[in-house]
Amino acid sequence: MYSRAYSRLTAIPPLTWVTLFLLLPYGFLFCFSFWQVRAQAIVHHWNLNNYRQLLHDPVYFTVLARSVRIAAAVTLFALLLGFPLAYFLSFRAAHRKNLLYQLVIIPLWVSYLVRAYAWKTILGTDGVLNTLLQYAGLSHHPIGFLLYSPFAVILTLTHIYTPFTFLPIYASLEHIPRLLLEAAEDLGASRLRLFWTIIFPLALPGVIAGATFAFVLSLGDFLAPLLIGGPNGIMISNVVVSLFGAAYNWPLGAAISLCMLALVVALISGAERLERRLQYRGM
Amino acid sequence: MAVFVFLYLPILVLIVYSFNGESVGGFPPRGWTWHWYEVLMQDDALWSSISNSMLVAGLAVILAILFGLPAALVLLPLILPGIITGLSLLMLFVTAGLKLSLLTIAIGHGTALISIAVTEISAGLQKFDRAQEEASRDLGASEWRTFWRITLPNLKVSIVAAVLLIFTLSLDEIAVSFFLVGRENTLPLEIWSRLRRGMTPEINAISTLIFGFSLATIVVWYKLRRFSNDEEEKGTGAALFQNGTSDALLER
Repeated sequence: MYSRAYSRLTAIPPLTWVTLFLLLPYGFLFCFSFWQVRAQAIVHHWNLNNYRQLLHDPVYFTVLARSVRIAAAVTLFALLLGFPLAYFLSFRAAHRKNLLYQLVIIPLWVSYLVRAYAWKTILGTDGVLNTLLQYAGLSHHPIGFLLYSPFAVILTLTHIYTPFTFLPIYASLEHIPRLLLEAAEDLGASRLRLFWTIIFPLALPGVIAGATFAFVLSLGDFLAPLLIGGPNGIMISNVVVSLFGAAYNWPLGAAISLCMLALVVALISGAERLERRLQYRGM
Repeated sequence: MAVFVFLYLPILVLIVYSFNGESVGGFPPRGWTWHWYEVLMQDDALWSSISNSMLVAGLAVILAILFGLPAALVLLPLILPGIITGLSLLMLFVTAGLKLSLLTIAIGHGTALISIAVTEISAGLQKFDRAQEEASRDLGASEWRTFWRITLPNLKVSIVAAVLLIFTLSLDEIAVSFFLVGRENTLPLEIWSRLRRGMTPEINAISTLIFGFSLATIVVWYKLRRFSNDEEEKGTGAALFQNGTSDALLER
């Protein structure tokens, strides 16, 4: 073991780095959110105006509500796809397990942008899907709502974040002692009962972890909405991006990000606490 | 099985359409061509953005490993949301009067990806027998010597794995870079600015190449992990997720 002094010494560079480039910037975020823009310049005049504006202007609330709805839908669909997949792999796939596992992971390594763009190729008015439908004679006009809609954002984000829900669910399913299942089977429990009384409760921590990932990540996403969301698919992070860009109101942007940060941190810590409570502690 | 179709369909479309003769999507694909790859080869802006990305990824690896290595010994994994990391660093750099450049992007990536280094390396630390360090100290080796002769060699595989992972993630990172970019673009930002302009089939071509490149890196990474932990069958992804690295991985 290393001595305490040595451990302290090696802790200095990373602590400095984290303080300088993580804590200090968060501090700036906090400070900026109480400042103001006047005549195209940021003035260090401390006040609560940004927060007041967030509360009073319904635009921000509408966009936030929409972002939460989109993120919730993504979470739901990602769970609906991720759970059965994890279940199948863990209990039914047998020797193909490892291969299938890798197959779920590989799309994770394909560039985020590239995958979002691929959906654009598929959904566009001259896209693969529309021309395919017309080619097959199923429709005569291109279907417009496919691209540039909340639907497109939800579809793309679900595609991107399904592996993220799959992984923790799969990990918790793999940790279920197979002896428990055998014992229940020997005692005459049906398949359904086995699932609801053993598998599902034990998979719950994984489900919560997966749902948190999908929700937090899709809530903070601003690239997919910009690329394929259209005006109705704008999310809260897009508002922040525009406030930091053309709209040039960093303080207001900082206030929104700080609220987002608080929401995300609250969510993550709540989920973590819930997971710990539900954790299986052995026989 | 339908889920696999969902996961792979876009990737397949992308690869097929990178060889498509017509510039618009359209089904069925018409005319096999290398044209978009030729366009790609002659595109200087794109290639310089690739070399920029490589530079940033290299720096990010160095920063994250350098600071993550000792940090794994003492610090808890960090959880960072991407857009917030980007924004808050932007405020820091602007307030400090630092000009935005590839260096600021590299600092951003280094900060965002430290947690990858921390989780990979602490996973490595858990696997090796720490009693070896004690033995080394008891036999009179200094701390420095123990680190170089015992700890570091034992962590070799984890460090290489972390390097590959951070490099690949940095190459693809966009949420943090988006805010910290100066005059020179990284590859994802270059792709981004072209995508905003409309359909550009050479993006399909470069994407196919990136897909191939990440696939190759990941295969190497898996081989390494397999080599280091045969007893743990679950694979890296699950292990990563239990450690909570995921968040860094996910923050884009």
